[in-house]
Amino acid sequence: MAPDRIVGIDLGTTNSLVAFMQGDTPVVIPGDDGLNLLPSVVALDPNHQPVIGNAARNALIETPERAVYSIKRLMGRGVEDIQQELKFFPFRLADDMQPGEVLRIKLGDKTFTPPEISALILRQLKRSADRFFGGPVTKAVITVPAYFNDAQRQATKDAGRIAGLEVLRLVNEPTAASLAYGLDKKQNGIIAVYDFGGGTFDISILKLHDQIFEVIATNGDTHLGGDDIDNLLITIALDDIRGDLGLDLRNNDLRGNAETVQAIRKAVIEAKIALSSEPSVKLDIELPGGKRYQREITREQYEQLIQPVIDRTVGACKQAMKDAGLKPEQIDEVVLVGGSTRIPKVRALVKELFHREPHIDLNPDEVVALGAAVQANILGGGSEATENMLLLDVTPLSLGIEVAGGVTDKIILRNSTIPASATQFYTTQIDGQANVAIHVLQGERELAKDCRSLARFDLKGIPGMAAGIPRVEVRFLIDANGILHVSAREQRSGKEAEIQVQPSYGLTDEQVEGMILDSFDNAEEDFRRRQLIEARSETATILAALEKGKKDPAWGQLTTDEKKKIAKMEKSLVALHAEEDYKAIRKAIDVLNQGTMRLAELMMDTAVSTALKGKNLDETDLGEAPTAPHPMAKAEFE
Amino acid sequence: MTKAALTAISAPPLPQETHSCWSCGSMRAAHFCESCGKVQPPVPVDYFSFFGLAPKLDLDIKALEKSFYELSRKLHPDLNARAGSQEQEWSMEQSSLLNDAYRTLKDPIKRTQYLLHLEGVELEEQSKTATEQARATGETKKQIVPPDLLEEVFELNMQLEELRMNKKTGEDDPALSEEVGKQKLSLESKHEALLGELQTYWKTWDNLIDRGPAPLAERAQVRDKMVDVLNRRNYIHNLVRDVNAAMED
Repeated sequence: MAPDRIVGIDLGTTNSLVAFMQGDTPVVIPGDDGLNLLPSVVALDPNHQPVIGNAARNALIETPERAVYSIKRLMGRGVEDIQQELKFFPFRLADDMQPGEVLRIKLGDKTFTPPEISALILRQLKRSADRFFGGPVTKAVITVPAYFNDAQRQATKDAGRIAGLEVLRLVNEPTAASLAYGLDKKQNGIIAVYDFGGGTFDISILKLHDQIFEVIATNGDTHLGGDDIDNLLITIALDDIRGDLGLDLRNNDLRGNAETVQAIRKAVIEAKIALSSEPSVKLDIELPGGKRYQREITREQYEQLIQPVIDRTVGACKQAMKDAGLKPEQIDEVVLVGGSTRIPKVRALVKELFHREPHIDLNPDEVVALGAAVQANILGGGSEATENMLLLDVTPLSLGIEVAGGVTDKIILRNSTIPASATQFYTTQIDGQANVAIHVLQGERELAKDCRSLARFDLKGIPGMAAGIPRVEVRFLIDANGILHVSAREQRSGKEAEIQVQPSYGLTDEQVEGMILDSFDNAEEDFRRRQLIEARSETATILAALEKGKKDPAWGQLTTDEKKKIAKMEKSLVALHAEEDYKAIRKAIDVLNQGTMRLAELMMDTAVSTALKGKNLDETDLGEAPTAPHPMAKAEFE
Repeated sequence: MTKAALTAISAPPLPQETHSCWSCGSMRAAHFCESCGKVQPPVPVDYFSFFGLAPKLDLDIKALEKSFYELSRKLHPDLNARAGSQEQEWSMEQSSLLNDAYRTLKDPIKRTQYLLHLEGVELEEQSKTATEQARATGETKKQIVPPDLLEEVFELNMQLEELRMNKKTGEDDPALSEEVGKQKLSLESKHEALLGELQTYWKTWDNLIDRGPAPLAERAQVRDKMVDVLNRRNYIHNLVRDVNAAMED
C-alpha cells in the first residue's frame, strides 16, 4: 500500500490553502486556476450547484442571495452569539432558526450549516490535492485559530468529515506557523508568533528546545481581523454618503444597493492594501444616480483610524507574556503571520510590544498551511526533516464545571499542555437518585453565565443508594486537538455510568453522517468520474484553442509537416474524448500541448494582453451599522 | 463537544501490573517498551512515581524538564498517530498523565499541595467545601486569620473599607492610597518569604524520606508545618487580590 498522503489545510476566514510536504520542503498545492489561495467564498450557481473560490466571488455579483463569505466567523456559534456579526456581514439566516440550534445559512432556497459551507471549501481543496497526487486524498491536518473554543474546533472537525476527510489533527494556526519557521532554523529559544489574519487574532509564545515546540502561553480574539478594518472604512463611507447625499445604503431591503456597498467594500480593501505602501490613496466610487463618492485618505489618517482595532491585540499579547512569566526582553524572536501583519502600523506596534524587529521571512498568507503540512508529515511518520520535531500545544481556555451558586469551578486551567485531564467526584443529594447533571463550561470568568457553555451531561444509571453514598468519578480529558472527552464511573459499584451529552452548539453524529458529501465507499469511483469530467472539459478547451489558433496569422508560419502532425494529434484526442479512460485523454492532451507549443509561442508574440476588468468582490448588504467617528476631512462628492 | 469519541473512551483499564510488553513480550519500561518502543497501557501511579521519582519536594526542575521531553517523544499522540486505535488511546491517556504530572510537579506550590494530598490532606477540597457552603448559605467564607497577621489585617481591612467608600463618593485620599500600597508591598514580600519558609520544610521532609520509613509522628509534624505555611500563603494571596480589586475599581 502506498504511504498515507496526509495534507495540511489552512481553512481561513478570507482564503484557504492546502499544502503537502514534498521531500524536505512543504509546498502549497495550487487550485485548478493555478492559484495558491482559494478565496473562502461559496455560492450556488443557477443550477443550485455549489461553486467555490474565485468562481464564487464572480458569481456573487449577480446573485448575492446565493453566496456567502467569512463563514469561519460563524463556526461553532449560536444565533445569540452573532448579533454583532450580522450587523456587518451579509449572512442570511434560515427563517425558522431557533435559539440553541446550529445556525443555518440561506443560499438561494436551500439552507446550510457553517460546517457544511466550510466542507464545500475543504472539498475544493481536497480536489486540488487529488489532482496533484493523481489519486484521492482522505487524511488531513486542519488548522484553527489557537483561541478557538471546543465548539468551534468540533465544528471544524465536522466540516472535515462532511468533506470526506479524516481529520487527523487540528493544529493551532500560530503553532503551525512556528513549525514552518522552525524547519530550517534549528535553534533553541523563546519565540512569539503574532498572527493577525482576516477574521481572527492569536498570539502564542513558544519555547523551542531541540526541535520540541512547546507552547507556553496563548491568547487571542476569534473575532478580530482585517475584516474589522474593512468594516470601519465601509462605515465611514456609508456615513458620508448618507450625510451628504441623503442616500442610505444600509437598508437591507434595497437590493439594488448591494452592488454599490460591494463596490465600496472592494474599494476600501484596495485602499487598505495600497496604504501599506503609499502615503495616501483616493477613493473614487460610482454611486446610484450617477454621482461619485470621492475621498482622499492619508496614511496618517488611516493609521489614526485603525489604531483602536490594532490596539485590541495589545491586551492579548500582554496577557500571554504574563501567563508565560516572561518579559519582552526574554523573547528571542517574533514571527508575523496573517495578511493584516502587512500593515506597517501593525509591525510598528509589534516592535514596540516586544522590543525587537519582527520576522517576515515567509509569506504570511502561506506560512500556516506550510506548517500544517509539516505537522501532517510528522503524523505520517516523519521524514528526515521532521523526524525529531514534536509539537506540545496547550488549551487556550480554562475548562470549568458549574457549581452551586452559578459559579465556575475551573478544573483544567488555560495554557495547560494537551492532552490534559482532570478528575472530579460527584455524589447524589437525595436517596435513590439515579441521575446527576453536569454543566461543562469554557472560559476565564467567575460566573458560569459569563463562560461559554460547552455541554450539559447527564450521568445516568447511578445504582440506588442513600444520598451522598455513590461516588461517581468523572474524567475530563482534553485531547491533542483541544477537544473535550468525558467518561464516568461509579466507584462503589464499579459500574460505568452512562453519559448523555447535549452539546450546547454543534451537530450530532447522525447529522454529520447525513451531511457527508462524498461517501468513502465511492471515493475511488467519484475520483475517476471527476477526473474524466475534468479531462473532457480540458479537451474541449484545448480543441477550441486550436480552432482559434488555426485562424490566427501565426498558423500560416507553421510548416506543412508541423500542421500535419498537429492534425494527427487532434484526431487521436477527439477519438479518445468519447472513451472513458481519463488517463489516456490526459496523455493525448499533453501530446497535443507539446505539439502546438511553437504555434502557441508564435501566437503569444502577436497577442495583445487584455486586462482583467469587472467587479469580482463579494456582495455586501450592511445591516444597521454603528456610525464611526473618524479623523478625516469631509468627503467630496461631484 | 465530542460525540462519537465520548463512548470510545471507556474508563481506564483496571490496575494491572504487568512487566512485559503487550506487543513484543520483552521486559518493558514503565510507560513504553524499551525494546520495541510501543506505548504501554497506563497503570495508575502517583505523579512522582510516573517520573520514577521518590516523593520528595526539593526537585531538580531541569532534570524534570529533561525527562518530560524524553517521555513526550515516546508517548505523545502525534508520534503514535499511525498505531492501532487501542494504542492511540493509551498514548492519549499516558500523554495526558505525563502532562498533568509535569504541570503539577514543576510548580513549587502545586507540588507541595500534591504531596500533601498523597499524605491525605485535602487543602483544596477543604477550601472548596468551605466556599461552597458559604455560597449555599449566602454568607462570606470564614477565614481563619493567621495570628501573626491579626493586627495588620484588622488595620488593612479598615483602610480598604475607607478606600471603597472614597471610591463611591468620588473622594481621593492620596495618603490612604499610598498607605494601602505600602501594605500591599509588605504583604507581597511576606508572600515571597513564605516560599522560602516552605523550602526549609521541604528539606526536612526530604531528609525524612531519605532515612527510610519515617515515624508517623515525625511525618505528621512536617506535614502540618507545610499545611500551615500554605494556608498562610493562601490567606495573603487572597488579601493581595482584595487590595488590588479595591485599588482598581
